[in-house]
Amino acid sequence: MKAMTYRGPYKVRVEEKPDPTIQHPNDAIVRVELAAICGSDLHLYHGMLPDTRVGHTFGHEFIGRVEQVGPSVQNLKVGDRVMVPFNIFCGSCFFCARGLFSNCHNVNANATAVGGIYGYSHTAGGYDGGQAELVRVPFADVGPAVIPDGVNPEDALLLTDAFSTGYFGAQLADIVEGDTAVVFGAGPIGLAAARSCWLMGAGRVIVVDYLDYRLRKAEEFAFAETINFGQVNDIVLELKKQTGGLGADVVIDAVGAEADGHVLQHVTSAKLKLQGGSPVALNWAIDSVRKAGTISVMGAYGPLFSAVKFGDAMNKGVTMRMNQAPVKRQWPRLLEHIAAGHITPSEMITHRIPLEHIAEGYHIFSSKLDDIIKPVITVA
Amino acid sequence: MPYTADKPGSTPDPDVLRARIPGWGSDLDPADRPAFPREQPDIVTGAHWELPEQQPGGAGRERSIEHERLTPVFGTAQPLHGASGAIRRFAYDRFSEGQTAHWLLLVLGDRVDAVTAHAASLFSTRPDDPITESGVAGEVAHRPIASRFGRGRIDLKHAWLDPILVVGPWVLASVLAVKLVRAVFLPAAKRGKK
Repeated sequence: MKAMTYRGPYKVRVEEKPDPTIQHPNDAIVRVELAAICGSDLHLYHGMLPDTRVGHTFGHEFIGRVEQVGPSVQNLKVGDRVMVPFNIFCGSCFFCARGLFSNCHNVNANATAVGGIYGYSHTAGGYDGGQAELVRVPFADVGPAVIPDGVNPEDALLLTDAFSTGYFGAQLADIVEGDTAVVFGAGPIGLAAARSCWLMGAGRVIVVDYLDYRLRKAEEFAFAETINFGQVNDIVLELKKQTGGLGADVVIDAVGAEADGHVLQHVTSAKLKLQGGSPVALNWAIDSVRKAGTISVMGAYGPLFSAVKFGDAMNKGVTMRMNQAPVKRQWPRLLEHIAAGHITPSEMITHRIPLEHIAEGYHIFSSKLDDIIKPVITVA
Repeated sequence: MPYTADKPGSTPDPDVLRARIPGWGSDLDPADRPAFPREQPDIVTGAHWELPEQQPGGAGRERSIEHERLTPVFGTAQPLHGASGAIRRFAYDRFSEGQTAHWLLLVLGDRVDAVTAHAASLFSTRPDDPITESGVAGEVAHRPIASRFGRGRIDLKHAWLDPILVVGPWVLASVLAVKLVRAVFLPAAKRGKK
């Protein structure tokens, strides 16, 4: 089969790899139709996440048709068109039994802190991902779901991570009616989080980024107020001014490891890998949330320490909530929102790129060229 | 400015928000939020086992020493091999995830993996190609100038550092390698001669 493979930092190519095989009785093999490049794939692409091995196929957002099932699979059959959550989970461990699918303890031999994720280095279990013609899907009776009739495949694709994660980010913020929500980052997760804040009753939603085209999208897609932090002297001060001096009720970090805005932090983390991620967005969140407010962290960070302003968080009585999204728990409600016309996740897609040109796709996304927001990889 | 018990600013009118934003407030009740409460006992997952069957073929497979045993299912994407594999195996066998050394060794293994894979590719039918694999050819059709300049992009402020940080270690390693080779193979008397 053809698959994207990692060749080292900033280098990927498409090559022929052996077709995946059933390795466990509850495995399925899925023929991928659509995949996406996620902002967190860029952390891998930039060589930031430990144990990213040459030859690895990235891609944790994908949909496709079931090509083959293992002998114990009961809930799927060959030919089903499925969306596959980015989490790999067993459904029966201590964590899965409580609905914490992203924290499954039975699927990642390489680490206990993180569950299994497709195409996300061996730190997340060493599973090849969906930027390929075929992919192995473990626990096929638990993770994937048949895409309901009438659901646009691109909407389904964005439910496998981006929109579900943004929605989960808003949910972790514990929004109550009238809250002022600040979202750092106007990438797909930030856009989805901002849009979701309204569903939960926010009174104001302010999105912060430094790219005007992404802020325009935040205004159009997420009905948000926007601030370009590159055009204000002090983003924290600006947010305090806009919130009567108290700060925002909730802040969502949708940026993560490669946050810009402070050259020293960016260089020591994104370039030199001396921190698990640039804490710029997280520190701005701590500074700009009101006392006793809530910070929700959806940005991805590496496992090394980062220089986080924890003293201020403690003194302010801030609640910090975070996790990888348990994507499948979001699906029933999000499908209702799609059916009701409340959301159309595929409106975030800006680029459709054939698998053969995925190296260009990574470069365009990484360099933020051509007003790119969400690239989709067409495989079939 | 005196601070009072009231929240500063005007309170948004729910009807106005509802008219302006599709679905506004439809998940106001936390019970309508899918992952509330955080932990739900008796959740239906589709699992029809108490403990999943063990995936075969796990002999020699690396694992975190924080796990008591190899997990029932595991990835088999890129097995350990070569010098990078030895570094990574040491990281897994010796250090828990709480140890910085664990992660730094894995990062070192990554760099060794990239360098050795690149070198090996030169002896294969498909050597690494920095042009196609970096995707730089995508610049042509995707507005490289208009996307970067005149837009106040703050990442341009440190873009000049990137080549130094990327190429610098290679230059440094090359200089050190040359010095090492000279020290090993050239007699001391000849090293100082022009």
